[in-house]
Amino acid sequence: MSNDFNTDVIVVGAGPAGISAAIEIAKNGRKVVLLERAQYPGSKNVYGGAVYHKALEFVFKDQVQELPYERIINEHTYSFLNEDSSFEMTYKNANSKNAYAIKRFNLEHWMIEQAKKQGVYYSPNTLVKKLIENNGSVIGVETEFEQYFAPVVILADGVNSLLAKKLGLRENFKSKNFILSAKEVIKLNKKIIEQRFNLKEDLTNGVNKQYFGSDFGKLKGIKNLFMMSYLYTFKDTISIGVGVNLEDLAKTKLNINEVLDAVKQHPDIAPLIEDGQLIEYSAHLIPEGGFNNLPKLYANGVMLVGDAAGFVNSVHFEGTNFALVSGKLAGETALIALDDNDFRESKLSVYKEKLEESFILKDLYAYRNVIELLHSRANSLSVYYPNKIKEFFEIVTGVSCTPKAKEFRGFLIQFIKDRKISELFKDIYAFSKCALDVLLGK
Amino acid sequence: MDNKENKKSIQEKLNTIKYNCGNKTHLVVDNKKCKKCKQKTCSFICPANVYVIDDETKETIVQYENCLECGACRISCPQEAIEWCYPESGQGVIFKNS
Ligand SMILES: Cc1cc2nc3c(=O)[nH]c(=O)nc-3n(C[C@H](O)[C@H](O)[C@H](O)COP(=O)(O)OP(=O)(O)OC[C@H]3O[C@@H](n4cnc5c(N)ncnc54)[C@H](O)[C@@H]3O)c2cc1C
Ligand code: SF4
Ligand code: SF4
Repeated sequence: MSNDFNTDVIVVGAGPAGISAAIEIAKNGRKVVLLERAQYPGSKNVYGGAVYHKALEFVFKDQVQELPYERIINEHTYSFLNEDSSFEMTYKNANSKNAYAIKRFNLEHWMIEQAKKQGVYYSPNTLVKKLIENNGSVIGVETEFEQYFAPVVILADGVNSLLAKKLGLRENFKSKNFILSAKEVIKLNKKIIEQRFNLKEDLTNGVNKQYFGSDFGKLKGIKNLFMMSYLYTFKDTISIGVGVNLEDLAKTKLNINEVLDAVKQHPDIAPLIEDGQLIEYSAHLIPEGGFNNLPKLYANGVMLVGDAAGFVNSVHFEGTNFALVSGKLAGETALIALDDNDFRESKLSVYKEKLEESFILKDLYAYRNVIELLHSRANSLSVYYPNKIKEFFEIVTGVSCTPKAKEFRGFLIQFIKDRKISELFKDIYAFSKCALDVLLGK
Repeated sequence: MDNKENKKSIQEKLNTIKYNCGNKTHLVVDNKKCKKCKQKTCSFICPANVYVIDDETKETIVQYENCLECGACRISCPQEAIEWCYPESGQGVIFKNS
């Protein structure tokens, strides 16, 4: 460490990405300062509800066994919602330990405790206002009260990353590349949750539900709304939320809270949260730009990790895993740079190589067109097919005293007549391109 | 959409959130741009109903105390009229259950 520097590495932002980066550096004997604007770790952060075992293990090793989670999410359902009906698929694995439901306040508190044990210097109540540059290199940060200097700064300041923007690493933020999500945490008796979701009392199993469809309640008739709703069970609370593309909100003049209220009133969802008490409302952005809109991931003396780098797979609600792993990879890169005493962009390109080898850039690449394609077919996904599924099952399950064959034929004819046939081909093209991209990967 | 009902719904929900509120706004709008703005995106996009357009003066009033720090207004304002930063250290919203 040169005399001009206070520490080896500065990490801005104590979410999963920043904490992971800081741990990697401290546990290898280097000095690291982790700066967080919030008073309590996690208290600025919002997510749906689950962290993933593999990514946690990658960073915390055996300590993961001590994670104070509320439930193990081992049942996943996918539903298409209509005005008054739904079609649901469930995947359940009683032995799976892939995902844990834990609140961010508790998750970040736990992660910070682990970080401190490894020797990370954690400073809460510390808002970084700007980066200090010298000769085209980032050499430190300025907070409200003081300046800190280090040869490497890791930006883990989340989806809005004002610091990356100021530095010119991120271009203009476009609303079509973000999802706005509003969420409620609803308190219910533990037993009631277990009854409603068919969970065994003596286990800590839990459920995640994902919902497609928007043609119901107050939202009925609104076209081209790209939205996904979600529900997670916790011990004695349920987290329920909805995400809508920010550009779609602006176009339709919808407020995300009224979308959430409509979702909560859907006949399939209302009974699940009935008589519950709202204990917290929240909202947050999700980066949705994916591979085609990544910022510049590193420059002289600086690297971007987690949401600040746009690392999220919004189709699968995965973000904490990208954050934890990219944080660790940036930490490893910082260690190499420190050993070689070279902090130039050319050296930090090791970070990019590591990202390319990991699932992060592979997955983002495989999904590079998926969001845009799904978005372009929003009406099919949110309105048209959910309605068609309903018509189909009305025939399958309805006892209408007309010959079924006649009804099915009518359904098929209607399927072709309802819209321009080109729409069907566009759907087929979009959905098969999504599937192919993901299968071929990189 | 029934705007009034949604505003009431938001207000009730905001009552569940804890804040450590500072006495200085972290959101500043450029009212010169606002007066010319037709879309008024801020007035409906915000999940906390922070922006209210004054009927008479047509100025944008910012109830920054309710801000959830999501960033939606900053990105969606068509005139880029919002100077958006985070509240000072330790201030602003405190999510305990999210
Ligand atoms: C509604 C929603 C649902 C989601 N559901 C899931 C899910 O179920 N599973 C999943 O894996 N992912 C989910 N995600 C994504 C996941 O939450 C994020 O990808 C993840 O939190 C990113 O971690 P991060 O460390 O990069 O950023 P963050 O968690 O956002 O942390 C950034 C930190 O930096 C701090 N900070 C910002 N600026 C400054 C500054 N200038 N100075 C000091 N500190 C600063 C912030 O206070 C914050 O603590 C969801 C996201 C949302 C919004
Ligand atoms: S959208 Fe922007 S310019 Fe328009 S009124 Fe709101 S803050 Fe002002
Ligand atoms: S940051 Fe979010 S909550 Fe705060 S004013 Fe902007 S839109 Fe509203």
